[in-house]
Amino acid sequence: MSRGTLGAFTCMVRRDLLLALRRRSEIVNTLVFFVIVVSLFPLGVGAEPALLRAIAPGVVWVAALLASMLALQRLFAGDHADGTLEQIVLAPQPLGLMVGAKVLAHWLIAGLPLVLIAPLLGLQFGLPAASLGILAASLALGTPALGFIGAIGAALTLGLRGGGVLVSLLVLPLYIPVLIFGAGAVEAGASGLAVGAHLSLLGAFLVVALFFAPWATAAALRIALE
Amino acid sequence: MLEAIGLACVRGERRLFRDLAFSLAPGTLLQVHGPNGSGKTSLLRILAGVLAPAAGEVRWSGRRIGALGDEYRRQLAYVGHQNAIKDDLSGVENLMVSERLAGADATVALARAALARLGLKGFEDVPTRALSQGQKRRAALARLAFRRACGLWVLDEPFVALDATAVREVQALVGDQLAAGGMVVLTTHQDVAIRAPLQQDLRLGT
Amino acid sequence: MTTRSNWFKYAAPNAFYPLAGATAPWFFAAAAVLALAGLYIAFFVAPTDAQQGEAYRIIFIHVPAAWMSMFIYVVMAFWAGVGLAFNTRLSSMLASALAPTGALMTLIALWTGALWGKPTWGTWWVWDARLTSELILLFLYIGFIALQAAIDEPRRADRAGAVLALVGVVNVPIIYFSVQWWNTLHQGASVSMTRSPSMAATMLVGMLVMVFAFWMYSIGAALTRVRAIILERERLTDWVQELPRVAQ
Repeated sequence: MSRGTLGAFTCMVRRDLLLALRRRSEIVNTLVFFVIVVSLFPLGVGAEPALLRAIAPGVVWVAALLASMLALQRLFAGDHADGTLEQIVLAPQPLGLMVGAKVLAHWLIAGLPLVLIAPLLGLQFGLPAASLGILAASLALGTPALGFIGAIGAALTLGLRGGGVLVSLLVLPLYIPVLIFGAGAVEAGASGLAVGAHLSLLGAFLVVALFFAPWATAAALRIALE
Repeated sequence: MLEAIGLACVRGERRLFRDLAFSLAPGTLLQVHGPNGSGKTSLLRILAGVLAPAAGEVRWSGRRIGALGDEYRRQLAYVGHQNAIKDDLSGVENLMVSERLAGADATVALARAALARLGLKGFEDVPTRALSQGQKRRAALARLAFRRACGLWVLDEPFVALDATAVREVQALVGDQLAAGGMVVLTTHQDVAIRAPLQQDLRLGT
Repeated sequence: MTTRSNWFKYAAPNAFYPLAGATAPWFFAAAAVLALAGLYIAFFVAPTDAQQGEAYRIIFIHVPAAWMSMFIYVVMAFWAGVGLAFNTRLSSMLASALAPTGALMTLIALWTGALWGKPTWGTWWVWDARLTSELILLFLYIGFIALQAAIDEPRRADRAGAVLALVGVVNVPIIYFSVQWWNTLHQGASVSMTRSPSMAATMLVGMLVMVFAFWMYSIGAALTRVRAIILERERLTDWVQELPRVAQ
């Protein structure tokens, strides 16, 4: 990466972080949604400790999926509305790299808080201490992957009616492998089985998403801006 | 040298124009005229490379802009209808972002100077949300004051919402760009008094 | 050389339209004949299964439908990709025409899966690997159809759908693998449709005949649907205006 491109990458990340910090409600909203959704489950299925402990990994992971998906709205929509997205596409930088920068910033704002608060929610559900660590690790690997894959959906549906629901329709099926391996890792840990395989698969998925999703997203952005 | 060869544009189901061709030498100002809906904005977006034409191609120094990619975009400054500035950032911050994305080394001093040239002295550090429509347009156009060695400017209605002083300033900027050997393509409904040694006029919608 | 250019001329919608109209009935006829043959084998020739009795015969519809649903998705992604790469309108129209048929195959697979599950294991739904993958594939089809429906500009709809289909086709093996993994972790149980009764030769022949029947039907349905899409997209062109039924 040449100096100019590296400069553009860091500039993009810093810009998005700065914008999010100036509208702090965006960070908080995703987090609050996550906590609320997780809290709904005991209200729905009853507070029996063994049951909650059994469903905890799945519940936390599904809530993380939904929160990630809702947060996708803010990835490109703001820039699209004021014309800055067009300038980003017109910039003499690899668009995939610029997309990567935006997704990284997006994860720091909307994904990392989930990773940090998930152990607390796991405690609420009575997960043992070791499982909490695996939960955080699985989310740390999984939420960036969700961001990269979700970006494709966000780019495809830029400016369309029925945006939110349509994005979920496109993106949730693609999220399923991450869900299976992420929740599976925590369950394996809770049953005393080896966690390594699950986490490695999550990591592999993240690497593949990191390399290929930005280019699909860039193509989708160009299509949407025509 | 910018060339358009056999350009055609179809939006929705309407054919806006076909077999459009022109060629611009360095220092040329191309003014695109036409009623609303005649395809002026679409033409400018095709020249910028954002929109793919239904037929034909655009060439820069003999090579297709699609093939040139980033090399072409490095020499291009595009100002569309939208201001392309973030409301939550100040004028200076917006300019720094825009210049860094273009791969240029930007300093705050240069950004302030560019904003001052467009009459925004004293407003450089205010979030652009607090500026008036005309001031926002000036903040958007300050990008042009920054771009020294830029080959091609594509400006879509740059004078909208500007007062007389600002219009004169932007016209001076365009004049400087042309004098430096750059090219400018613009659309406007207003009368433009720019000293352009080479000028072409293109009329759409006829 | 002349043969090659003869085939390429059908890449234009106005040339493909009559070709599709002429050939579609033949595909439907072939589908009907093959389906009759396949169902005959399914109901009269294939032996009764020792464990599952007569109800297992629905496998002759369930498995071919499932195979076709996956096959059509790949073909759809292929044509969408061609349309994206070469900017050809007809390829994208074909992809859009295939999607509803693919979704139908998925629905048939799911529904017959339920019908099989009830008499065999007493439940209308079984979370086994194949059924769950089919369900996710249905979501992928619906996503493709919904995305194209939400975009007014036809070229953007074609190209956005293509990106989605290509991303989907890459993900289908990943999803299938992860669902298999999930299934072996959670199920262990004897309930599995993938572990079907051991294949007697007649059963295999019967299923293959049904696969071809579904295949012929899918081609016929896609050709018929693409004619409607061509008419709608090209409705302002001269050749459409001059078609006998349009020129009133």
